[in-house]
Amino acid sequence: MDEIEKMLLLQVADLHKIPEGAYNIRKDGAGEGRRSTANIEIAERSDGNPGIDIIVKPGTKRESVHIPVVITRSGLQDTVYNDFYIGEDADVLIIAGCGIHNCGKQQSEHSGVHTFHIGRNARVRYVEKHYGEGDGNGENVMNPTTQILMEEGAQMEMETTQIKGIDSTERVTRAELKAGATLVIREKIYTHGKQFAKTDFSVDLNGDGSSADVVSRSVAAQTSYQEFISRINGNGRCKGHTECDAIIMDAARVTAVPELSANNVDAELIHEAAIGKIAGEQLLKLMTLGLSEQEAEEQIIKGFLS
Amino acid sequence: MLELQNVCFSVKNGGEEKIILNDVSLKIGERFVAITGPNGSGKSTLAKLIAGILTPTSGKILFDGEDVTQLSVTERARRGISFAFQQPVRFKGITVKDLVSLAAGKKIGMNEACSYLSEVGLCARDYIDREVDASLSGGELKRIEIATILARGTRFSVFDEPEAGIDLWSFQNLIAVFEKMYRKVQGSILIISHQERILNIADKIVVIAGGRVDREGAREEVLPHILGSSACRALTDKMEEANGRD
Repeated sequence: MDEIEKMLLLQVADLHKIPEGAYNIRKDGAGEGRRSTANIEIAERSDGNPGIDIIVKPGTKRESVHIPVVITRSGLQDTVYNDFYIGEDADVLIIAGCGIHNCGKQQSEHSGVHTFHIGRNARVRYVEKHYGEGDGNGENVMNPTTQILMEEGAQMEMETTQIKGIDSTERVTRAELKAGATLVIREKIYTHGKQFAKTDFSVDLNGDGSSADVVSRSVAAQTSYQEFISRINGNGRCKGHTECDAIIMDAARVTAVPELSANNVDAELIHEAAIGKIAGEQLLKLMTLGLSEQEAEEQIIKGFLS
Repeated sequence: MLELQNVCFSVKNGGEEKIILNDVSLKIGERFVAITGPNGSGKSTLAKLIAGILTPTSGKILFDGEDVTQLSVTERARRGISFAFQQPVRFKGITVKDLVSLAAGKKIGMNEACSYLSEVGLCARDYIDREVDASLSGGELKRIEIATILARGTRFSVFDEPEAGIDLWSFQNLIAVFEKMYRKVQGSILIISHQERILNIADKIVVIAGGRVDREGAREEVLPHILGSSACRALTDKMEEANGRD
């Protein structure tokens, strides 16, 4: 791997070198390295589509899987299908992410379609980071789709972050939860320039005692535009909470669209949305500590997205 | 030493000009100076003029001989003026340690951050990683606000009604913090307060009424005048009001 590829890996997966545990590294649309372990098998898909199946044995505890994607060839259009089968009672950390370095003039695009089948009482922490850079005029596009199918008592915590360099993104997340399943989603997005980011969450709380907590924090600067759609359908005795907290700057725009459907009298659903510029008194407080207005702004955004 | 020379401040309300401060001249060089006076007399405006949040309509503000009247909030802060807000500001995602580090103007170690929090009576380990957001109570925020002023360690610090909006229990602790600060201070502390216990530790007391300096002098001279006067009735009313809250 060259220095640019190593840097992208560091950005999206905090990896300095080949990771411990199971991993699959995809570079410019092809496999770059793979390792299965005794409890986690990574295999080529059987249906002929590009991508992998990740099979975690029941009862696997405290193991991790890294599946970073690195794209350095300008103009590459890469779609990949990854399916995760998490066995009952397993407890694993999955780190995905995509880094694009586009120094050409063409559009580079990565669409990852991830499907999680999470077994009874299994626990997954899923961390996904998207990062782009480049010195050409080529656009970096990422359209991740995540499907989450949760069995009884399953738990999933998903952290998704897009901080820099992605010109256009449409992120679709769909989840179905059976009884007692819990889903927590934390999204962080920063857009600038003319970037566009759309997030579309839809969660079906089908089982009694299921719950979902979907929180998005975002900053839109310059002339960028963000759209946040979050839909929760309460189909059983369940609890759902969705929150969009956005800071707008310059001539940026943000649209938040909540949609809650309670289809059961015992469904408790809450939506919160707040969009606005940085509060003047926050800037003033940091300025009384000796920061310039710009430094104050940077600190407030850094904290907000940390 | 901070000096106000003939400072006036007025706002336009509709077509009408409303005078908030009228020809205020003051010299503040003592270690601990308290400004008091009835509600609406212009005390908080005075504090904001010193910090640079507001600019006088006319008159001058000198800090160690330099005319700072037209300097920004940042420039005054960098010259050594600190300002503690009456209503401390909340931040999503910024931790107590981040805020204290920003105040200190450098990355500080855990020990140093903890020492400032201990000074204001907070158990550092419980607070250092907490966000300065709505999860903190008014009393906790007030103390963190004071910790940021301690971390700055500047020659001149202004506190705008530190007792406002906190419960009686927190107030007792707050007084102890100021009593301790008085013993340690290098430079001057200017505190806007209605509280007799704060006035009691001041070297000098300034009474502002109707936008003017009504009286100023050593504590021993001024305090007897305001105790028993109408200003004091406003003051004791305010105390009862503060004590009644919890």
